Amino acid sequence: MGRFLDLTLAGLTSGAVYSAVALALVLIWRSTRIVNFAQGGMLMITTFIAYTIVSHGGSYWLALIVAVLSGLILGAVVERVLVRPVEKRSPLDAVVVTFGLLVLLQGVAGMLFGGTPRSYPPAFGIAGFKAGDRQLLFAPNDLWIVLVVLVMMAVLALVFRKTNLGLRMRASAFAPEVARLLGVRVGRMLTVGWALAAAVGAIAGVLVAPSTFVSPTAFDAVLVFGFTAAVIGGLDSPPGAVVGGLALGIVLSYVAGYLGSDIVTLASLVVLIGVLMLRPQGLFGSTKGRRV
Amino acid sequence: MTALAAAAPVRFWQRSTLVRHLTLSVLGLIVLYFVTTSLDSFANLQFAQICYTAIATAGLTVLSGLSGQISLGHGAFVAVGAYTTALLLEHLDWPLVLVLLGSVVVGGALGSLVGVAAARLRGPYLAGATLALAVGLPSLADYHGLRDLLGGANGLIVTSDPPPLSLGETFPLERWQAWICGLCLVVTLFLLANLTRSRIGRDMRLVREDEQAAALSGVHVARTQIVTFGISAAFAGLAGGLFAIVNSLAAPGAFTLSLSLSLLTAAVLGGLGSLAGAVYGAVIVTLLPNWTADLAQQADLPRAIYANIPLVLYGLVLIVVIIAFPGGIQSGVRKLGALLQARFVRPLQTRQETRR
Repeated sequence: MGRFLDLTLAGLTSGAVYSAVALALVLIWRSTRIVNFAQGGMLMITTFIAYTIVSHGGSYWLALIVAVLSGLILGAVVERVLVRPVEKRSPLDAVVVTFGLLVLLQGVAGMLFGGTPRSYPPAFGIAGFKAGDRQLLFAPNDLWIVLVVLVMMAVLALVFRKTNLGLRMRASAFAPEVARLLGVRVGRMLTVGWALAAAVGAIAGVLVAPSTFVSPTAFDAVLVFGFTAAVIGGLDSPPGAVVGGLALGIVLSYVAGYLGSDIVTLASLVVLIGVLMLRPQGLFGSTKGRRV
Repeated sequence: MTALAAAAPVRFWQRSTLVRHLTLSVLGLIVLYFVTTSLDSFANLQFAQICYTAIATAGLTVLSGLSGQISLGHGAFVAVGAYTTALLLEHLDWPLVLVLLGSVVVGGALGSLVGVAAARLRGPYLAGATLALAVGLPSLADYHGLRDLLGGANGLIVTSDPPPLSLGETFPLERWQAWICGLCLVVTLFLLANLTRSRIGRDMRLVREDEQAAALSGVHVARTQIVTFGISAAFAGLAGGLFAIVNSLAAPGAFTLSLSLSLLTAAVLGGLGSLAGAVYGAVIVTLLPNWTADLAQQADLPRAIYANIPLVLYGLVLIVVIIAFPGGIQSGVRKLGALLQARFVRPLQTRQETRR
């Protein structure tokens, strides 16, 4: 029973990170109908930037802020330079271009930092909380991760529902032609969407870095899990992404605990295909969202 | 009008697709013989590598170019083929042809299984699922229940038979392997070229262009997609079997995401959907790492830099080709051919006709 509780708590923490990556994918999918396969590479680069600051004696917080800012810039540049030309073409083109960007970034990071995984410091303690005389597998740093993801979701929901910017972004995503006629700069809104998504990814990268280490390929699995989480949630729905991420995190934690940690990525594939077979539109999505 | 059509020269080998492809295959085999006997051992080894890469790329290009389904994880099927060959050679004393056929069958079976899922997935969903397959499958080798069978992270050592004695005792192993791989490539291209011009090839193109219209005109959409995925994965399995024989190894480290990536790069660079393009693409992605390693050695670059040059180039190629030259090399070759024909062949024909 204690082991079950431990696995659930550990899954909650890793699930929170998958939720953040899924949120970034959902943001981009909503506005451009593109799955950003470069997401893992983009958050890897911003995490390396943060790592450079931390390893030169900068504080955790400074590194986090710089990572978010570089994410904003990276996202905007990628949308303007690489995504704009293929946006209206077949989905195959966008898949190949973002996948190309993923490996380009991995290659560049490998050149600059080499392949050895580097450790990244956590924000808070990693010794588990005490419940009576039992030590839980849930530390202050894990609480921090879960809280950040929940706050991020709330902020994004507020931006989309309550602000003028959010209204224009939703209009650009759902009816670009009408929005353009009404004076919305649709292209600029798409750039803002990508920048926001990359910033969310950057936060996810810094949050997950202490447990995965930092290396050019360290986040391949995180990308796969983020994608799976987003699909479980329906790809269209930010709350769906968060719920999907938490559910996936907990399921994968059981798989790792009871079956073996080597097959976690394959288990996520099974979950992914299972969900798509039973409910192609995801748990929170509308049917229309699946057809590309 | 009919007189003109009858007068138009139709060479005998243009009349039947099958005859044309057979002629080309025989020509290919002759070229193969002369190329492999004139190359040294190292070049023959590279030749063999190009051949098995081209086989996997040809399968992928039929899948993505013709039926419009994308796979970011074809390396996983190559891995399955390699392990199948390794296990068959280790545990059963089968002749090489049967061993390779085993890899084809197992690759095709797994591909059809994935194809069942793929038939319900579209575009990015399928790409994501195959990406998960490519990232997840190699870790299976280190799973505690399978570690004894699959050799864990170290993989399996593959020992295949030496060249037959009838070729002479000093016949180089590399040339023998180049022959095997080259023969398999010619057979692959022959089969796929006929397939793409057959009824199922037409069904694939219909499905890619418009699923609804295809379904309305009596094409079984899901079945076509599953069959295509299975065929494509079967050839990836064959490539994997050859990989295991040429490199004497089947190990998880050889089948990372970057293998799937190099196959996709080869297919896109050559021109998605073109079999000739698959061969050009395979030549480039196979030789590229060697060239960059040589260059880096001359320039005395640190390992971290030159080991990553191919990765950076693959990424750049994928982005630039898709954005700027969507047809890849093959479309360039085709344009060049049309240009030459307009310039030299057609004036010649008109001259002949006016003389008549």
